[in-house]
Amino acid sequence: MSATVVDARHLLCPLPVIRTQDAVEKLQPGDAVQVLCTDPGVVHDIPAWCRVHGHEVCDINEQEYEIAISIRVGASGS
Amino acid sequence: MPQKPKAVALISGGLDSLLATRVVMEQGVHVEGINFYTGFCVEGHTHAIRKKDRARPKRNNALWSAEQLGIKLHIIDIIEEYKDIVINPAHGYGANLNPCLDCKIFMVHKAREWMEAHDFDFIITGEVIGQRPMSQRKDTMPVIARDSGVGDRLVRPLCARNLPPTLPETEGWLDRERMFGFNGRSRKPQMALAKQFGFEDYAQPAGGCCFLTDRQYSVKLADLWATRGTREYDLDDIMLLKVGRHLRPRPNFKIIVGREEGENRFLEGYRKRFVHMLPTSHSGPLVLLDGEISPADIELAARLTARFSQGRDAERVTIEVNGKGAATHSLDVVPLPTDEIPAGWYI
Repeated sequence: MSATVVDARHLLCPLPVIRTQDAVEKLQPGDAVQVLCTDPGVVHDIPAWCRVHGHEVCDINEQEYEIAISIRVGASGS
Repeated sequence: MPQKPKAVALISGGLDSLLATRVVMEQGVHVEGINFYTGFCVEGHTHAIRKKDRARPKRNNALWSAEQLGIKLHIIDIIEEYKDIVINPAHGYGANLNPCLDCKIFMVHKAREWMEAHDFDFIITGEVIGQRPMSQRKDTMPVIARDSGVGDRLVRPLCARNLPPTLPETEGWLDRERMFGFNGRSRKPQMALAKQFGFEDYAQPAGGCCFLTDRQYSVKLADLWATRGTREYDLDDIMLLKVGRHLRPRPNFKIIVGREEGENRFLEGYRKRFVHMLPTSHSGPLVLLDGEISPADIELAARLTARFSQGRDAERVTIEVNGKGAATHSLDVVPLPTDEIPAGWYI
């Protein structure tokens, strides 16, 4: 099953976190999400948000100006 | 009585809300956090934009607080609804364009909506009587509870003993004696309590968590409103006020000058929305032009762009001028001498 893609490029934190949160609310445990971002703050904020909500960060792929974060939705949902 | 009472805590990322939440959790209450994003929140923006700040440690302090507490944190986008608070604050502004009392009422009101939608029982804030001159005073505490519609379901654990008992206290969900009677601007009681709980490395107060408390930012926002003839704004407007040098050489337009690579890159995201300029004969900033621009304005803006480029001392600088979707052309201009830029142009 393909990942839900959240395009949060050119948004500054915490908006990428909010967009991720809004997407995850509609998903089921085990679903995959990929978040595309340009704000380097997401490397800290999205994993922190995942930790407090019990989601798994599977991968963080940092290019020079773009970051892709892959998430697996945890058992408790949002 | 609920099986286990449930409370929603307003988490700002500061020490007071961290402590207030922990005080209630100590009494066996299930707590989840809520954090509101207005668009004016200081939290990390300028650090994210400016390249020189990228090496600084970054964290979202509200998320950090939630991790320390071991609770969920729900971050809510209130950008659109918040505009009415900024534009028409019933209780007026503070020293700058900060509508602190209306802001607090609005956020507690939104927390109440969340509480009711999620079947929670009460709301926690980190307010302390006398801590803030506009929103945290003895006389404003009941105003916030009343105007937000929350009434006696609003608990301020750090100063609860100085206030009338709330519903969670009268229902026996919370023991008043295990809350506090902090009062005034001193931070010592909070620091002592943080030590007791083992909290270290918490966010230090640094002039507020909102750009609207900042004088320079408020001046730029007031300028935006005055020159547009309306107080309406969108998110891009208020983000751009945080970035670059802003100069208004004529009443009908202003320029936004990137100060370094990170800001230039951020401003590049706005190229389709603004007429913009870039030096091509020398390195220099990306410059956005905001307003109704005449051909005569283009020449002046180009000379200003040249002034902020590495060619400021050159005889002439070539400036690429890009319209909003219009053709690109170049101008060779003499950089405007620094002493011909009045201080009053800087917003």
